[in-house]
Amino acid sequence: MNYATAEIWTIIALMGIGTFLIRFSFLGLIGDRPMPQFVLRLLRYTPVAVLPAMVAPLVLWPAATDGQFDPVRMLAALATVTAGLWTRSVLWAIFAGAFTLYAGIGITAAL
Amino acid sequence: MTTSTMKTPATSAYWAGLRDGAPFILVAAPFAMVFGVVATDAGLSLAQVMGFSVLVIAGASQFAALQMMVENASIAFVLLAALAVNLRMAMYSASLVPYLGAAPLWQRACVAYLNFDQPYLLSIARYEARPAMTVPERFAYFIGAATPITPLWILMTYVGVVAGKSISDAWALDFIMPIMFLALVAPMVKSLAHAAAAAVSVSVGLLLVGLPSGTGLLIAAGSAMLTGALVEVWLEKRAS
Repeated sequence: MNYATAEIWTIIALMGIGTFLIRFSFLGLIGDRPMPQFVLRLLRYTPVAVLPAMVAPLVLWPAATDGQFDPVRMLAALATVTAGLWTRSVLWAIFAGAFTLYAGIGITAAL
Repeated sequence: MTTSTMKTPATSAYWAGLRDGAPFILVAAPFAMVFGVVATDAGLSLAQVMGFSVLVIAGASQFAALQMMVENASIAFVLLAALAVNLRMAMYSASLVPYLGAAPLWQRACVAYLNFDQPYLLSIARYEARPAMTVPERFAYFIGAATPITPLWILMTYVGVVAGKSISDAWALDFIMPIMFLALVAPMVKSLAHAAAAAVSVSVGLLLVGLPSGTGLLIAAGSAMLTGALVEVWLEKRAS
């Protein structure tokens, strides 16, 4: 990494300001003005629209294995989703995923 | 209405948020720690690493910035990549407007500062499930949900910096974040429209994975939102 100290602080400060402005954008500017019906419909799907696209590449091509498909991580992801759909509980989903991940790593290491 | 009758529901909303937010310390703690370890390893000073976690508080974009910095990208590109990863939060911000738009400006600014994945996802799920919540209750719940995770995020970044390289790769900390995101989203898939949106999100996200950081994600998210809304309209037409 070849940055001057001032450059690194510039990056941090601008990222902080930029991130805040992104988060503040609609909430800060629009306030309580009514929004169109179709916009509200769109926004209802924000979490299920953003996170799967973010996670899918990490599941198929994990960084830890240099992008090689890893059956253990795949199984852990499937366990998390299955438990989440079935129990409707975030915590159980995390437990199922973490348990599968570490059990898988343990078994693979023992083989 | 007196202050005390206003205060009680908001206080209990705060505690409900705190309770719901508490489990996330289990997953956020290792994540923050990994950031501390990796950033120190990349050559950032303690103050700089802490600067990231306090001023930005957005895990994925902090990692994205770090990755670009390790590659010695120009400052403009570092910022572009990192902020693109955070653009989804503009959608978070927009989707909170119907629930928190009427809150005072300082409260909206607080929510904006804390509007990262976990408090947002917990809060939006709660607001949808309980339409009768008042605006002060919604604000209190949001702050409650952010209370356990925010100080811990900062503290564990520090622990990561200090503990440094003694954490072995065997702990597979890299995969804690995907598990956390999947665990957050799976319980929210509660209709055909949600399932269709998630499916489009995954497919388009994978197809566009080669595009510069954050771009494919934005296109995938946009098409998935459109899919969800259109399927919802279609289902309503069929039902009527």
